[in-house]
Amino acid sequence: MRNIFYLVMMMMIGCSNDDRMLIVQNKGSDTLVNLAQAWAEEYKKVNPEVAIAVSGGGSGTGIAALINGTVDIANSSRAIKDEERAEAMKNNNKVINEFVVGMDALAVFVHPKNPLDGLTLEEIACIYGEGGKCVYWHDIRGTKVSGCHENKIIRVSRQSNSGTYQYFREATLGKKRDLKLGSMDLNGSRESIDLVEKTPCAVGYSGMGYLNKHVKALCISKNDNAECIKPTLQTATDKSYPISRELYMYTAGTPSDQVKAYMEWTQSDAAKVITIKAGYVPAPKK
Amino acid sequence: MSNSTTSQAFLEWRQKKTTKPTSEKVIEFIIKGAGFSSIILIAAILIFILKESLPFLLSKFDFKEFFMSTEWYPASVVKIRYGILALLVGTVLVTVISMLIAVPLGLACAFYISEFCSPRMREIYKILIEFLAAIPSVVWGFIAIMMINPLIINTFNVPIGLNILNASIILALMSLPLIVSVGEDALRAVPETYREAAEGLGATKWEIAIRVLLPAAKNGLMAAALLGVGRALGETMAVLMATGHSIQIPQSIFEPGRTLTATIAAELGESPKGGEHYQALFAIGLVLFILSFAVNLSADYLIRGRRK
Repeated sequence: MRNIFYLVMMMMIGCSNDDRMLIVQNKGSDTLVNLAQAWAEEYKKVNPEVAIAVSGGGSGTGIAALINGTVDIANSSRAIKDEERAEAMKNNNKVINEFVVGMDALAVFVHPKNPLDGLTLEEIACIYGEGGKCVYWHDIRGTKVSGCHENKIIRVSRQSNSGTYQYFREATLGKKRDLKLGSMDLNGSRESIDLVEKTPCAVGYSGMGYLNKHVKALCISKNDNAECIKPTLQTATDKSYPISRELYMYTAGTPSDQVKAYMEWTQSDAAKVITIKAGYVPAPKK
Repeated sequence: MSNSTTSQAFLEWRQKKTTKPTSEKVIEFIIKGAGFSSIILIAAILIFILKESLPFLLSKFDFKEFFMSTEWYPASVVKIRYGILALLVGTVLVTVISMLIAVPLGLACAFYISEFCSPRMREIYKILIEFLAAIPSVVWGFIAIMMINPLIINTFNVPIGLNILNASIILALMSLPLIVSVGEDALRAVPETYREAAEGLGATKWEIAIRVLLPAAKNGLMAAALLGVGRALGETMAVLMATGHSIQIPQSIFEPGRTLTATIAAELGESPKGGEHYQALFAIGLVLFILSFAVNLSADYLIRGRRK
């Protein structure tokens, strides 16, 4: 038993001692994980000596790992909190550096049979928010969805500790209101789209990059009088789309040369092409 | 028998025992180790779950809220609540209904394969049924969303097809191979002489199956059904997708629900290690452990009770 343990330990040490490769640990947001992986693969061609090891786990997990010093770069779909900055300062006297690496618009989508073209933020809150009274589609301006039995709204959501869920909650309900229980809390954006595609009654939300032609993305307006805006590259970049957010990468202290080079590369045009291919919006120029 | 011969026999026996070949000792040791390892593993799992959930159980745990409230709100911005009633009901409903489908179907299938069909067809059926077991659970989940969901919506005219019925069908299909294989083995294990004797008395095939084989293989068939229950109780990914993963007590089989296992699967990945939510999920794990332990124990009791 003990011998096996030593053997495994030696193998692990053996791997990390491999001096031909410099490994940069990159961990965090599941929203960003696809993009981070696509970047890491491309970066291998640019700089074969550096391997970027990407893993998910959630924004909070990534930032916690950065504070503890176990990763070099943390991915996050939310801005770092002041307490987290303070903790990094206290724990190992390190200043956190922030990089905006892209933008993400949360699209709200319905089945193609649904005649609605847009929703106001208030209507979204009425559908999804706790205490919201919108249970049937006819509660929204008398909408009638063909093929939807009882005209009932089927809310498709995400598991409650995902970054997407928390951003959606904050953008539509503010910081002091919960989402209503009884929604279909699927565990991925892919699944949300698939379900809405097959269910006439359903409404769901996900990052813009996951949209396909089998679901209808709605335009969103801030209030009854405001213009209804579709989620596109343009509206996400200029932040006129009401549910768009920045995506971040964080490093701690003075970054090593390879981390610094990588972060600079993520702002390059080559990296931005990959960002668009992965379905995200490139970060606006500073 | 006089005293001296007894002691002589004992000495001979001692002699034999001490001169046991080493290979036998080694094998005995390995088998003993394998036996003990299962006990150690179960104990280790229990200790691990207890260790991770204990801080929650000692501080935040409120028995009434945990078991009586349907409000599972681990990430609430208003008030964090951990109520598992809806999840518990979901788990029980899905398990019971899937077994109502799978056990009769599985056992009938086992009888057919073992007793009624030709040896050639038997081999073909066995391969096909075991192929069912090789389908990964996430694929079953996609079948639930993409195929059974629209089917239920159109057939029963309901708003949503991801519900208790959908999950029960998926789970029934998933536990079927296990029930059929184990059930068929139990039937094949009934000595051929039983069948010959019954045939000699002029019994028909149907009478043999019902009056002779069913009682003779009862324990094995019961074990098959219980393995199916275990499979249904423990499944995560497929039920996560098929139930709709919705926190509510379903009012009918056409309403979505949520199970204990799926909640752990969906939320553990993104809850920070050692946090309160993480510990609460381990408390759910403890409930599941106790639940499956109770099922196994009562099954064992049932089978032994019948034997007496």
